[in-house]
Amino acid sequence: MTHWAVEVRNLSKTFGGGRKALDGVSITVAAGEMVALIGASGSGKSTLLRHLSGLVAGDRRAGAGAIKIGGAAVQANGRLSADVRRIRGDVGFVFQQFNLVNRLTVITNVLIGTLGRLPLWRTLLFRFPETERRRAIAALQRVGIADWAFQRAATLSGGQQQRAAIARAMVQGAKLVLADEPIASLDPEAARRVMESLAELNRGDGVTVIVSLHQVQFAMRYCPRTIALRSGQVVFDGPSAALTPQKLAELYGAEAEELLLGEAPTPAKTSPRGTIGFPRPVEALAIAAAG
Amino acid sequence: MAQAIADPAPSTRPPDALRRSLGSALLYGLGFAILVWSYQGADIRPMALFADAGNMATFAAEFFPPDFAQWRYYISEILITLQIAVWGTFLAIIFAIPFGLMAAENLSPLWLRQPVRRLMDSFRAINEMVFAMLFVVAVGLGPFAGVLAIFVHTTGILAKLFSEAVEAIDPRPVEGIRATGANVLEEILYGVIPQVIPLWVSYSLYRFESNVRSATVVGMVGAGGIGVVLWEVIRGFYFAQTCAVMLMIIVTVSLLDMLSSWLRRRFL
Ligand SMILES: Nc1ncnc2c1ncn2[C@@H]1O[C@H](COP(=O)(O)OP(=O)(O)O)[C@@H](O)[C@H]1O
Ligand SMILES: [Mg+2]
Repeated sequence: MTHWAVEVRNLSKTFGGGRKALDGVSITVAAGEMVALIGASGSGKSTLLRHLSGLVAGDRRAGAGAIKIGGAAVQANGRLSADVRRIRGDVGFVFQQFNLVNRLTVITNVLIGTLGRLPLWRTLLFRFPETERRRAIAALQRVGIADWAFQRAATLSGGQQQRAAIARAMVQGAKLVLADEPIASLDPEAARRVMESLAELNRGDGVTVIVSLHQVQFAMRYCPRTIALRSGQVVFDGPSAALTPQKLAELYGAEAEELLLGEAPTPAKTSPRGTIGFPRPVEALAIAAAG
Repeated sequence: MAQAIADPAPSTRPPDALRRSLGSALLYGLGFAILVWSYQGADIRPMALFADAGNMATFAAEFFPPDFAQWRYYISEILITLQIAVWGTFLAIIFAIPFGLMAAENLSPLWLRQPVRRLMDSFRAINEMVFAMLFVVAVGLGPFAGVLAIFVHTTGILAKLFSEAVEAIDPRPVEGIRATGANVLEEILYGVIPQVIPLWVSYSLYRFESNVRSATVVGMVGAGGIGVVLWEVIRGFYFAQTCAVMLMIIVTVSLLDMLSSWLRRRFL
């Protein structure tokens, strides 16, 4: 490949309240790299990854930034490209949690990776070709959870769900995988397995991987290169080995501790069932009865 | 805490307590005034129940024993009522799915959502009986008018309930699907529907139960089924037969309620 796998030029994002989540970010990642994105919480890691997949658009003004993936524009100056959906088909995304649809089986969740390339009549009828089903099982085998293929996703542990999301990216045939703190809520052993699956995808299939991490140890262990963010700005971009405790202290001051020790796993944001919630059956019946 | 309660300090009520209790006194007063005002218009005459106690007793006595002589006919009409409810509910579900999705805030843009919501509001605002009378004029006497009446009204109710279920979903798995390059239809089918299906099934079954009751009533304006029979025996003062019909309706509705709540439990 002659072009960069990912090219971000001068990207800025200001959320309501004038707070800059991204502030003139420029990075390039070559095809086949495995890059860690580190930074304390609130530094802009998730925001950057979501921009890369075109799930969010940057600030809307001339010169506010552009993103290209595989040479194709994802967005420029706050406007998503018309074929952002086609580009997303080549980009796998693994979120920190809740990647899967709980009530669907694991294999269906993995087959969702094929939606972008299958004809609509098939996907609307849930008719996946046999070859795709076999690829899905093979991917689940690679990440080590083929035995769970026909169970509901809700029955998987957190680490297994993350690996199912990686299997989805495999079946998708993604050339680039973005993983947003995929190990943040996992115990060390589960975290290690998820990182191994990502590394395997990178080494085995030559997939470019950008993985945001909270803990610098994992970056040093799995990613040759690290990009560090602080308050929406790139403060370091170079070999992970250069991230000594001294260097981190220089970059982050007191915040460095959070990255080094790996603070207690961030509690999952309150489940929406807890906050918004389905109407409880009693309420529901009351609504149904009215009218 | 315990100390704060035991504390004899005078500030046990917030400073605006007086204003608030005045407000609630006004509210009670208003409620009472409305009751008084409605008393005459509603022609409330409790004494009428007792004045002709003797007549009432004879009237009640005429209901017993119930006359089941024509039970075959009643059953066949009850079956028609059930069939009206089945089709009215079925059509309503089919239409409530797209309307419910179009009325959901997290899926649908304002220009589409608002008109759909207003249309559903008007379907809901008008009672089945009114729709039934209109459809009797439009398509003639008989069960089809009943089906249409129940269909339109129930569409309004289910679309609202369906859209509320959609608004309460977890958006994150849906975003995961979007990130694979899926289109909106696929996002809905794989991300939204699986999350709402238990509630949708439950609402639909519940509506089916109440539509069985509605179907007996819409029959009374000529829209087919056991309601027509009920209206005829009441109007003809055949009270023993009225009693039989009412008993059979009660049994049918209770059985269906049990069946449907059993089904609902399996889905929730
Ligand atoms: N949707 C949003 N609306 C408003 N502010 C946001 C939103 N998403 C992120 N932010 C803000 O942007 C900053 C960066 O957040 P984020 O990218 O989530 O950081 P990280 O993933 O590194 O923890 C934070 O200050 C956060 O509060
Ligand atoms: Mg984040």
